[in-house]
Amino acid sequence: MATTSVHDWLNQHGDYLYRFALARLRDPHLAEDVVQETFLAAIKSPNFAEQSAPRTWLTGILKHKIIDVMRKSVREIAASDLMTDDDASMDDFFDETGHWAEPPLPWDMPEGALEQKQFLGILQTCMDKLPAKAAQLFLMRDVHETDNDEICKELNISTTNAWVMLYRARMGLRKCLEINWLSA
Amino acid sequence: MLDCKQTSQLISQSLDRSLTVRERFAMRLHLLVCQYCKQFSQHMQTLRVAFKTIVSTVESDNSIEMPSATKSRILRSIESIKD
Repeated sequence: MATTSVHDWLNQHGDYLYRFALARLRDPHLAEDVVQETFLAAIKSPNFAEQSAPRTWLTGILKHKIIDVMRKSVREIAASDLMTDDDASMDDFFDETGHWAEPPLPWDMPEGALEQKQFLGILQTCMDKLPAKAAQLFLMRDVHETDNDEICKELNISTTNAWVMLYRARMGLRKCLEINWLSA
Repeated sequence: MLDCKQTSQLISQSLDRSLTVRERFAMRLHLLVCQYCKQFSQHMQTLRVAFKTIVSTVESDNSIEMPSATKSRILRSIESIKD
């Protein structure tokens, strides 16, 4: 009986769970893996038969699996890699007096559906151009809204270092988006 | 008075922690007189919103389906546990 209902669940909720994971992990293979793990965890759970709202229950399991994947990939960031580049990388953005070297320009925000799609496409491209490590940290913080303390614990870095990393990631992303969006 | 570099750092950090009263005051003071940093601050908000939009767009896009090979794989792995 249990197998039958898992079969139904997979048909009814599989695609939704897959999209949920894909939206957050941005990698089809990782998304497939976490959905599989979610179903396996569900069927092993003693609460399995009592679920009246399976989608909510499965999504709850999936969220934990996604966070585990994020943690794992963030843990693979060697702390030394986070620290290697010093303040020098920020020199491009400001002159020696602390003023913007190239001032942020006003963006015409996308209004129509097509423009919006274009904007989000550029954002994806810029995200891919960020150093993988910076991108991971940024995703954990700004997309998954992971607690800062938790990120620091995972990465074994000080909160100050996390702020610096996030700052650099945001600066790089903003610049890339500006160049590509305004020229689009 | 903060310069733009310091202000942009505080703007970024304000997304990650609560600033002290002194920091918040200094940041706002700078933002009152600096169009560029104000622009930067708006861009940071835009980035956040854009990421949320990407997540909800993918999540609600019914044309995205799990590959059927993956579904079969999941079913097989479930069966193997049941046996």
